Amino acid sequence: MKILVCISNVPDTTTKITFTNDNTQFNTAGVQFIVNPYDEIALSKAIELCEGGKGTVTVINVGDSSTDPTIRKALAIGADDAVRINAAPRDAYFTAYQIAEYAKTDNFDMILCGRESIDYNGAQVAAMIGEFLDIPSISIIKKLDFDGNTATIEREIEGGKEILTVTGKFIASCAEGVAEPKIPNMRGIMSARTKPLQVIEAKEVATVGKVIAFETPAPRGAVKLVPAEETEKLIDLLHSEAKVI
Amino acid sequence: MSVLVYVEQADGKFKKSVYEAVSYAKAIAAQAETTLTAISIGNVDESELKELGKYGASKVLQVNTAQLKDFVNQAYASIIAEAAKKEGANLVVLSNSFSGKGLAPRIAVKLNAGLIDGAVELPKTDGGTFSVKKTAFSGKAFAVTELTSDAKVIALNPNAFGVKESPVDAVIESFSPEVKSTDFAAVVKEIVRATDKISLPDAELVVSAGRGLKGPENWGMIEELASLLGAATACSKPVSDADWRPHSEHVGQTGIAISPNLYIAIGISGAIQHLAGVSSSKVIVVINKDPEAPFFKVADYGIVGDAFEVVPKLIQALKAHKA
Ligand SMILES: Cc1cc2nc3c(=O)[nH]c(=O)nc-3n(C[C@H](O)[C@H](O)[C@H](O)COP(=O)(O)OP(=O)(O)OC[C@H]3O[C@@H](n4cnc5c(N)ncnc54)[C@H](O)[C@@H]3O)c2cc1C
Ligand SMILES: Nc1ncnc2c1ncn2[C@@H]1O[C@H](COP(=O)(O)O)[C@@H](O)[C@H]1O
Repeated sequence: MKILVCISNVPDTTTKITFTNDNTQFNTAGVQFIVNPYDEIALSKAIELCEGGKGTVTVINVGDSSTDPTIRKALAIGADDAVRINAAPRDAYFTAYQIAEYAKTDNFDMILCGRESIDYNGAQVAAMIGEFLDIPSISIIKKLDFDGNTATIEREIEGGKEILTVTGKFIASCAEGVAEPKIPNMRGIMSARTKPLQVIEAKEVATVGKVIAFETPAPRGAVKLVPAEETEKLIDLLHSEAKVI
Repeated sequence: MSVLVYVEQADGKFKKSVYEAVSYAKAIAAQAETTLTAISIGNVDESELKELGKYGASKVLQVNTAQLKDFVNQAYASIIAEAAKKEGANLVVLSNSFSGKGLAPRIAVKLNAGLIDGAVELPKTDGGTFSVKKTAFSGKAFAVTELTSDAKVIALNPNAFGVKESPVDAVIESFSPEVKSTDFAAVVKEIVRATDKISLPDAELVVSAGRGLKGPENWGMIEELASLLGAATACSKPVSDADWRPHSEHVGQTGIAISPNLYIAIGISGAIQHLAGVSSSKVIVVINKDPEAPFFKVADYGIVGDAFEVVPKLIQALKAHKA
């Protein structure tokens, strides 16, 4: 079995998000970049499925050389090899196209992504890859079992869940619950340095969109504190001032 | 030309988020001086379809075959793209629901369209450009994104636009495009839906609690408060990690991002990853015994106090208010 895991390089979850160049660019100064947390879940699941020589896990990233530490981290967690498509990801369409083109060159049984990258695409890449490859894409999955032939998948829906099966190639985007994130051990970290990382040039594709400005949410006014003995006052404020109840 | 809106159904019914998507699409269609067509897939009564006219859909394409009863991502995406072509629509709008998130990117690729997911405002069309504000960085910021492609797809965040009436008579037309058999490779086996609970992503009011509650046995008062308000329940990540509450209730950077009208946070410290998913709530109330809890910095209203004393009192006060 061969599994491809797509990993994106994103700012650490504790990052205070600020912008430069008149709010047109994300300010990367002092920002620590990490493997997108959901992709870590996808990777951990892939490794789990391949344990005991049942298969191999390849990680792929679309990014310039600055993402190499993130790719090495994925190798340290336990991926067997890595591919980097050498281009700054312009938009989700571009990224998905590059990954799909690469996936066509090798015979992957399964492609796993994270549910969304925590920067700014927001849950687009996985289903786009599915469409480019004309294979099923299952978004925001909570559980994945694979018997070597058929995958049984649990997907989140509003107020519940849906259980589905897929036989044959598919792509899924993983949310919490799919696997416990694995932490690299010393052996993993040592071997990550020598595992293969192939760099491939990007293919040309039309641009469909671009971020023209970022905004940060308007700050809230100072909090209005209500004494703990006067809870009815809070109900009153929510009713007559905030008008939400 | 027209604008196309996909109206997702659940058990033959449309939810508020669908009427919001229709209202939003209608506003864009009106700006562009064109009409709005809706596409419904699955078994929905005619009276329910007619209801879409109230929010501005003058035509409803209805696809209703046994094979398409349940949501099949690939097949539904194909049908919606076909409907867009048939209607000459260069804009497809849908709700950014769990299913919408799976459909929108596929539709975008089929139509060579740029995609905005998580739109929170109407598009701006100054000087021939087309840009939309959407959430980014898990709710920590917004990104104004310009689409340069001819065709466009927008997935609208629930509770971002509101429902707006714009009544027309909706003509219902049956539509039965060919769907290739490989579009049915994923097979739905079972759908489990809790019918007695308000679904969190759609909820207008949310009561949420964190580790301050000490244990799962103390959620009775949270549920009571929520049910009195008609609110959904949510929790912080450590609470679902410890299995005190289901993962589907976990909000924040790695959980669900929500923007209800009211978010009440009880015994939650307000870590940056938690705030990421809830900070776009319209009104935030924080109940915490620690006056230094970071959550108070982003709250509109707050009570410094012990949840085990404050929440029961709040329930009493709410009952009195309702009486
Ligand atoms: C990669 C990553 C992703 C994460 N994603 C998320 C996420 O999506 N969502 C999320 O929620 N967290 C997330 N976290 C975790 C986050 O950093 C915090 O640890 C978490 O939000 C804390 O949860 P809490 O506020 O319930 O618990 P605590 O931080 O333990 O806070 C409990 C609060 O309850 C108060 N309290 C205690 N007793 C009482 C009482 N009797 N009455 C009233 N108040 C009381 C305390 O004063 C305290 O403020 C993430 C962390 C990482 C590293
Ligand atoms: N630049 C990238 N390189 C590789 N995979 C990516 C990249 N961007 C996104 N992905 C994958 O697609 C998923 C969804 O990302 P997004 O559509 O950006 O929210 C991520 O969780 C990754 O698995």
